[in-house]
Amino acid sequence: METQAPVPVAQKPARPRRRPSGARREALTGWAFMAPFAVLFVLVFVIPIAVSARESFFAQVSTSGDLYGGGQLDSVFVGLDNFLHVLTNERFWAGVGRIGLFGIVQVPIMIFAALGLALLLDSWLIRRVGGFRLSFFLPYAIPGIVAAMVWLYLYTPEISPLVDLLNALGIHVDLMGPGFVIFSMANMTTWTYTGYNMLIFLAALQAIPRDLYEAARVDGASGWQVVTKIKVPLVRGAALLAILLSIIGTVQLFNEPTVLAAVNSWMGADFVPMMMAYNTMMGQLSPSGAGPASAISIVMALLAGVLAAVYAVLQKRFTR
Amino acid sequence: MTTILGTLTRRRARADVDAPPRNLAPSRSARTLTIVLLIFALAYFLLPIVWLLFAATKSNADLVSSPGFWFGDFQLAENYTKLMDWTQGNFWRWVGNSMLYSGVAAVVGTLVSVSAGYALAKFRFPGSGVMSGAILGGLLMPVALLTVPLYIVFQQIGLTNTMWAIIIPSCVSPFGVFLGRVFADAAVPTEVLEAARIDGASESRIFFTMVLRLLAPAMVTIFLFIFVATWNNFLLPLMMISSPELKPVTLGLYGMVSYFAPQKGAVMLGALLGVVPLVILFLGLQRYWRSGLAAGAVKG
Repeated sequence: METQAPVPVAQKPARPRRRPSGARREALTGWAFMAPFAVLFVLVFVIPIAVSARESFFAQVSTSGDLYGGGQLDSVFVGLDNFLHVLTNERFWAGVGRIGLFGIVQVPIMIFAALGLALLLDSWLIRRVGGFRLSFFLPYAIPGIVAAMVWLYLYTPEISPLVDLLNALGIHVDLMGPGFVIFSMANMTTWTYTGYNMLIFLAALQAIPRDLYEAARVDGASGWQVVTKIKVPLVRGAALLAILLSIIGTVQLFNEPTVLAAVNSWMGADFVPMMMAYNTMMGQLSPSGAGPASAISIVMALLAGVLAAVYAVLQKRFTR
Repeated sequence: MTTILGTLTRRRARADVDAPPRNLAPSRSARTLTIVLLIFALAYFLLPIVWLLFAATKSNADLVSSPGFWFGDFQLAENYTKLMDWTQGNFWRWVGNSMLYSGVAAVVGTLVSVSAGYALAKFRFPGSGVMSGAILGGLLMPVALLTVPLYIVFQQIGLTNTMWAIIIPSCVSPFGVFLGRVFADAAVPTEVLEAARIDGASESRIFFTMVLRLLAPAMVTIFLFIFVATWNNFLLPLMMISSPELKPVTLGLYGMVSYFAPQKGAVMLGALLGVVPLVILFLGLQRYWRSGLAAGAVKG
C-alpha cells in the first residue's frame, strides 16, 4: 500500500511538543476513542456478570399467594443454596467429568496433529503447500452446529460410509453409544479446529529467522535436529496459547453434545455443564430459573479460571 | 509500509524460493512418507464435505442404499422443494438474517475495535491499564458462559427475541481490540500522527482519514473474525430468538435436525446452502486470516 499520509518535508519551527494541558488533552482524546468499546463492554460483560452474580443468591419461589389466585413467583434470597445445589449435584459433576475426559483426550491429539501438520508444511519435505494449508483450514469455515450435523449423519449406521468402512475393517462400535459418544464429540471438535491451530503454528514457524537454519547447517545438524532443537522450542509460545484457548473452548462445550442429544435422548438435558446451564435457564431442568442457572455458569467460570491459573503455573515451572 | 501482513508475505515468498542446504536436503523416502501423511490428513478434512455434497442430492432411501461417495437417484430439486416446504419458505430469510446480523455486528464491531485498539496503542490515559486488563479477561473468558447472564439482562430490558439480542453482544470483540492494538502499534507511525497534529488536523480527522486507511488490512481481518464468529454462534440465538422469522440459519437448521424423522438429504442441502456465503468469504480472504492468527501467535 502506498503511504498517503501527508508527511511534511520541512518541519515547522520547533514548538514545545506538549503544551501544559497536553497530557489532559491526550487523556480525553484517548478516552474518546476508547469510549464506544468501553460502553459496549460494560453493557455486554460487566452488567450481565454483576446481575448474574446477584441472581445466583436468589431463587424463584412460588408464594402461596391466595390473594392473587396462586401461582405467583417471587424472587427470594436463598443465600448459598443455589451454589450448594450445584456443588452437591452428581449430574453436574458427571458433566464436568465428561468434559474433563473430553479435554484430556481431545486437546493433546489436536495440538500434536496441528503441530505435526504445521511442521510438515513448513519443512523442505514438500514444495507446494497452499492447497494443503487451505484444505486443512476449510472445516473451520463450517459453523460448529453444521459440522456437528454432518458428523451426526456420518455416525448414523444406516447412511454412513464411515460406519461401512469400520465394519469392513472388522470394527463394530456404536459411535453414538454411551461408551463412545465422548470420543465422537472429540472427533467433531478436532475436525473443526485442527486447521485453525495449525495456522497459529505455521505463523509462529514462519516468524523464525531463516539464518538459524543456515547456522544449523554450518554446525552439521540433521533435518530432524533442526525440527527438535530449533523449530519446536521456538513455537512453544504459540503452543501454550493454543492449549490455553483449547482448554477454554472445552469448558464451554455445547454445540456438539446438543446436536447429538437431539437424536440420542439418553444423553439427557445435562450431558455437559453448559447444556445444564442452558436447560436450567430455559426451565427444562429442575430447579430452574435465573438463580440456579447463574450459579452453574459462575461455578464453571471459576473452574475455568482455576484451570487456566494451574496451567499457567505449571507451564512456568516446567519451562524454567 | 511495514505491516505484519507485508512481512508475512515477504517471508513466505522467500521461503518458497530458498532451497535447503545440500546436507539438509530430505531423502526421497522421507518425501514420499510426507506426501502420504498429508494425503491422509487431506482425506480426513475434506471427505466429510465431499460426502455432504453427495448427500444433499439424495432421498432418505438413497442415503441408505447408494454408495456414500457417488450419486444415487439425483434428487436435488426434490430436496430443495422439501427444504422450502419444511422451513415454510423461511430458509432464505434465515440466510439473510445471518448475513444481516453478522454484517452489522462485523462493521460496527470492527470500527469499535480499531478505535479502541488505536486508543490503547497511541494514547496515554488514566484507566488504560484497567481496560487492557478487561480485554485480556474477555479474551480468556469462556464466552458461552456469558450467554446465560446476557439472557437474564436482555430479558429484563425487553430485548430478547429481537435482532439486537444477537447484534449487540456480537459487536463486542476483545480479540478484535487486541488485533487492533497490535496492528496500530505496527502500522501507524507516531511521527505521522504528530506531523498531522502540527498541521492542525483534528483528532477525528486524523483517525478517519489516516489511521483507518493505514489499518485497512487489519480491519478486514477483524471484520472476518467477528463476521464468522457471529455467523457460527449457536447458543446465543438459541437462547435469545424464538420467532421463526428472526432465526439465523444455524438455529433454523438445528430445528430441522432435531425434528423427528427429518428428510436427511434436505437437511444436508440446507447445511450446504447455509455455509456457502461463509465459505466464499473465507476462500476469498484467506490471507487476512493468516495475518490475524500470526499477530496472535507471535505476540501471544
